[in-house]
Amino acid sequence: MNFLNALVALLNFVVIPAASYGAQLAVGALGVTLIFGILRFSNFAWGDTMAFGTMVVILFTWLFQSMGISIAPLPTALLALPFGILITAAFLLGTDRVVYQFYRRQKAKPIILVVVSAGVMFIMNGLVRMIIGTEEQNFADGGRFLISAGDFKAWTGLAEGLAIKGTTAVTLVTALLTMAALFWFLQKTRTGKSMRAFSDNEDLALLSGINPDRVVQVTWVIAAALAVIAGTLYGLDKSFRPFVYFSLLLPIFASAVVGGLGSPMGAVAGGFVVAFSEIVVTYAWKKVLTYLVPESWAPDSLMQLLSTDYKFAVSFSILIIVLLFMPNGLFNKGK
Amino acid sequence: MNNRAVILFAGVALLYVLTGVLLSWNVSLNILILGLLSAIMALGVNMQWGYAGLFSTGIVGSIALGGLAVVFVSGAPVPQAFAAGGPGVFLSAGWQLIFGLTVAVAMIAAAVVIWTYMPRGRPRAITVAAVLIAGFFLYRAIFDPAVTAIEAFDPATHGNIGGFGLNSIWAWPVGGLFAAIAAWAIGKISLGLREDYLAIATLGIAEIVITAIKSEDWMARGVKNFINLPRPWPVPYEVEMQADPGFLAFCVNWGLSPITASTLAVKGIYIGMFSLVLAALIWLLQRALNSPWGRMMRAIRDNEVSAAAMGKDVKRQHLIIFILGSAVVGMAGAMYVSMLGQLVPGEYTTLRFTFLIWIMVIVGGSGNNWGSVLGGLLVGWLWLIVDNAGPLIMGAVTSGLQDGPLKDHLIDIAPQFRLLALGVALLLVLRFSPRGLLPEK
Repeated sequence: MNFLNALVALLNFVVIPAASYGAQLAVGALGVTLIFGILRFSNFAWGDTMAFGTMVVILFTWLFQSMGISIAPLPTALLALPFGILITAAFLLGTDRVVYQFYRRQKAKPIILVVVSAGVMFIMNGLVRMIIGTEEQNFADGGRFLISAGDFKAWTGLAEGLAIKGTTAVTLVTALLTMAALFWFLQKTRTGKSMRAFSDNEDLALLSGINPDRVVQVTWVIAAALAVIAGTLYGLDKSFRPFVYFSLLLPIFASAVVGGLGSPMGAVAGGFVVAFSEIVVTYAWKKVLTYLVPESWAPDSLMQLLSTDYKFAVSFSILIIVLLFMPNGLFNKGK
Repeated sequence: MNNRAVILFAGVALLYVLTGVLLSWNVSLNILILGLLSAIMALGVNMQWGYAGLFSTGIVGSIALGGLAVVFVSGAPVPQAFAAGGPGVFLSAGWQLIFGLTVAVAMIAAAVVIWTYMPRGRPRAITVAAVLIAGFFLYRAIFDPAVTAIEAFDPATHGNIGGFGLNSIWAWPVGGLFAAIAAWAIGKISLGLREDYLAIATLGIAEIVITAIKSEDWMARGVKNFINLPRPWPVPYEVEMQADPGFLAFCVNWGLSPITASTLAVKGIYIGMFSLVLAALIWLLQRALNSPWGRMMRAIRDNEVSAAAMGKDVKRQHLIIFILGSAVVGMAGAMYVSMLGQLVPGEYTTLRFTFLIWIMVIVGGSGNNWGSVLGGLLVGWLWLIVDNAGPLIMGAVTSGLQDGPLKDHLIDIAPQFRLLALGVALLLVLRFSPRGLLPEK
């Protein structure tokens, strides 16, 4: 019984939150890695792109709510998602035309594009704060819990409850569908194959008649979709605050680097590696251990390796370890 | 200094004069003080970017470390906290904390040494991992009780380990030293890899520095803020000046109000001191730029491969310039806190203290020291004037509107507009005048 309780506590406080956070990071890191692979720079505006897209989704959610449209028990934000993607894609394509295209044609060094993306970051950040403000917004409606802790305890008679939030389920299913669709697109469609070819070897791809402008445009559209989905899932699960999205940049970059920048499979794995490490290291293990060891051995302290304030330190440490020992990431061989 | 520079600097000077005449001289001088500090920070960033092409996003971390130095050097000593005991404290709390940190550093050093000298293979990896994991738990066992004991002493006013209580001008070089040490560690790891990696890694280290200052109460009381730091020598306090008969007689002679005269005098002294530091730095940097070392740095920046082929150790030179630039920024961070007299960790945001400084450097002119100064004074003015005049202007613009949510929203968002405007300015400069307002010769 104690063993089951420990297992349930582990699932409830570590595995499920980490899986849901990992899925959000993975979708976000896919966008970073895609832009890196095709456009060859680290996009510092990514956190604010996510914030921008989520903001559009929130605005549409409010519109639908005011019109009385709902898809309960699913959150209304899912209905607003396509509109958010559409507007964000248009915005990113516009940014590319006005800003990035010039430097691409010039064959500017990647670091110049990084600086340029910091300029774009300022603009998006300003826009988001001007339109929706800096306060916290909660836009999750729909079913709160798939399984609530109380119900679970009543069913199983265990002392520990297992709660699955509606947003967790939504996150996992949406992220899974998104990744499946993206991998199918990259592996099976002509455009996807041309994108992979372009990412592997730009010159060869150009020689074989791939239209670079089209590849770049498709990349931005897919990136917009990924940014909006990742941002919305994160916002549904936690809440929306512009500056929090900016600081998501670090775990997302860490995820993308862990898997090897440019490798989509690596980005997904990296997202989960970062999320699980973050939660395992900052979780207070006292509860789980107390169930597992004899009573007299029960720990006095919280058994927490690092306080939750330092969760960014975890992504950072992973980043450093990868940079030191496997600069090409776990999944990139000899690039 | 050519004509273009003279005209541009005169233009910026005019902005400050107009602020003084139209708004208030107090505001204008306050902005000038912060503008000078921004100019010093921009000089440091320009060393990294303009001389060496290194893109670091950790400027805010260096600035915060500089600020932290002021707390350690000039904060009042708290002997009771330092000498405190408690469960698990076998030395005095203060010494035990220092011992714990030493153990942590020694373990990391041991791991590095083992990694370097043991032959490749699984035994090496296991030994290093074992040393690091054992070291972590040993460090926590020594460090944690000491922190608990220190933070338990009078948390409402203290709760920190205490400083040396020295004059805060000593903190300026120490701030530079703190930032330099952090830069050495991060540079060792991420220089020599793809150039984006430095940008990503420095973003991380800055985030950790800020988190540590916010949550490690034993250092600087965390988010409870550290107040009452002494002013740097020789800046007097207004209250003391107003009590000084000589100063009062001087005011009567010249027909000045003692309150106005003393505030202006204090600001004037700060401006003088910061200008002096700025001038000394520029003099040093200009000499360095025109020396063989400066030529080598530019050669590396413009073509790393050919410089390496000429036998220059590119990675080492990058590390040196990265450390020097960070030290200048850290010193400016210490100057900032010693001038404010308080350390407010919540103030250190990446947008304000990393990317804004970047905009100063790039708009001013990458690679040109005078450009950085111009950028610091100009962009610093633009940023701060919005705090002071933004609501006034927006109030005037919206005065025709009826009171209501729209008007409130417009007035609320006025300060956010500067983010947008600065982003546009940065992109315009990068696109149409990538060498900035004052291009490098």
